Amino acid sequence: MNWLLVAPIILPLGTGVLGLAMRPRRRAQQVVSFVAAVAHVAVAARLLQSVWRDGIRADQMGGWPAPFGITLVADHLSAAMVMITAIMLLAAVVYAYCDVDEPSLAKDIHPPLQVLAGAVCGAFLAGDLFNLYVWFEVMLIASLTLLIAGGRKEQIDGAVRYAALSLVATTLFLAGIGLLYGLTGTLNMADLHVRVQQLGSPGLLTVVAVVFIVAFGIKAAVFPLFFWLPASYHTPKVTVSAIFAGLLTKVGVYALIRVFTLVFTHDVGYTHGILLCVAALTMITGVLGAASHTELRRILSFHIVSQIGYMVLGLALFTPLALLGSVFYVVHHIIVKANLFFVAGAVRRLAGASDLPKLGGLYRDRPLLALLFFVPAFSLAGFPPLSGFWAKFFVIKASVEAGQYAVAGVALLVGLLTAYSMTKIWVGGFWKARPASTAVPAALPRLHRVALLGPIAGLAVLTLSIGLFVGPFYALAERAANELANPEAYVEAVLGESGERSAEGRVAGRQAGLP
Amino acid sequence: METIVAVLVGVLIAASVYLMLRRNLVRFVLGVALISHAANLLLFVSGGLVGASPPLITAGAEVPEPGVSNALPQALILTAIVISFSVFAFLMTLAFRAYESLKTVDPDAMRAAEPRREWRSRVAEHGGAGT
Repeated sequence: MNWLLVAPIILPLGTGVLGLAMRPRRRAQQVVSFVAAVAHVAVAARLLQSVWRDGIRADQMGGWPAPFGITLVADHLSAAMVMITAIMLLAAVVYAYCDVDEPSLAKDIHPPLQVLAGAVCGAFLAGDLFNLYVWFEVMLIASLTLLIAGGRKEQIDGAVRYAALSLVATTLFLAGIGLLYGLTGTLNMADLHVRVQQLGSPGLLTVVAVVFIVAFGIKAAVFPLFFWLPASYHTPKVTVSAIFAGLLTKVGVYALIRVFTLVFTHDVGYTHGILLCVAALTMITGVLGAASHTELRRILSFHIVSQIGYMVLGLALFTPLALLGSVFYVVHHIIVKANLFFVAGAVRRLAGASDLPKLGGLYRDRPLLALLFFVPAFSLAGFPPLSGFWAKFFVIKASVEAGQYAVAGVALLVGLLTAYSMTKIWVGGFWKARPASTAVPAALPRLHRVALLGPIAGLAVLTLSIGLFVGPFYALAERAANELANPEAYVEAVLGESGERSAEGRVAGRQAGLP
Repeated sequence: METIVAVLVGVLIAASVYLMLRRNLVRFVLGVALISHAANLLLFVSGGLVGASPPLITAGAEVPEPGVSNALPQALILTAIVISFSVFAFLMTLAFRAYESLKTVDPDAMRAAEPRREWRSRVAEHGGAGT
């Protein structure tokens, strides 16, 4: 068994369990959580390095051969996502030191945070659909625990909406799994790729594909299915909001990308056509929703929805460049979006409010914070040379090359409206004079300020370096996109020589009475 | 047999959608419980309801006799049942907490996270017009 593939999952899950046992000892729990997060970054970096050097890595848990056993796979996309998850976890664990400093609450934040990161890594590394489902459920429970920690009214209200729609999504996902198993007799994604090619009933298969679009679409918060997100993401602690904003919807996007490049490629015109419409509508509704709000986190929540549209757009176009853009966009967006939520929390902490009419004067009072807001905000809007510029550039270039001029126009327009929204925050929060009614809270202790601004600065540096030294990130996204566009390498890594073992296994399976 | 179970899945989903569309959180939770049963049955029937004999391998043989039932969907369902049970328990608790702190089970009346526009809430405060 290859520990490198298991470690990114088992390390945070184990830390979560340990953290629960250490609940009475808050400081010790924080230290363990921090050390584990640092170790997680190291493990994820090692995995990424190994995948970069040797190509796709797959391993069978328990030693059962591929279509029957539990498979973990790390291709360039998965490894990059695990890496970014680890970075997010570390940032959140540090940020929580200041953000969640109530003793009664602090002890309940770290264990579910670690479990959430473990489940997210599990979802990125899962090689079969049923395991993906199980990781979705682990993620759901961990995220609900985080969402209601503190138990204020808004949190309960938000959690009801979040839980309701997420449960419908996972149930649909399970139903889709059942239908797909009935059609193909396998749930291993590499094996599904082989089986779907041979299958002669694309009509029913397309129905199943649409079930998956709806299920993952709710998770990813795409156009008609996104209402749970702006209803809940602004209610919990900022640490929790930020990790949700960075990671959770992106797991839905990842699942869409994985399934619609590996399994459902039998009727690209229809399924990816739906995705294209959904992408355009998601971009527009998200950004318009953001325009109508003044509370920082609620503006940012709507921008998550809007940005998801760009990622789905890359998948919908389904050309190598578009997939590259999608992958690049996901990675860029996780960093930038989580960072903006961190900034919103810092504003709330340092200025005493997070509603634009109550804010002001931060450019004069907190120049460092203004700078730290500027980087992710204008990266989100797509200003060169920040990372968002490249992400938008690849996706829009791909849509022009594919002849989808209307969608390219929508993407450009939404970029402009995003810039408007960020300017609104800049003017309302940083430039205009501070209203006399808003009292400035007392200065924070030094360690608290470091914990508050450290993660923001770190992620801003990451955003800048993606923007300025785009080469290596481009190369990584290019490799990931090539693997997505040509799934043969993935199939071979999982099933062995050109799926032979899969064929043998299926003969044995059929003798055993499996369909 | 498959037809009967398929119809049953349809009826369960219809009933649960009806329950979930009611403006009552308790009914919604029951609807979620029902739809997860429907999904489990769907998994069950997707394995094919053919073999009556258990999937056991006779002594000395490498593979079981043809015509045994497929064990995999049952293993999947077992996992799914455990998960949906725990999620259901969580959801019940959440619904109770929502009733306790928001004093209602009507999701439309829960406006704590997304209050109506400010001028309207100000009107409600001063005019006393309720929600």
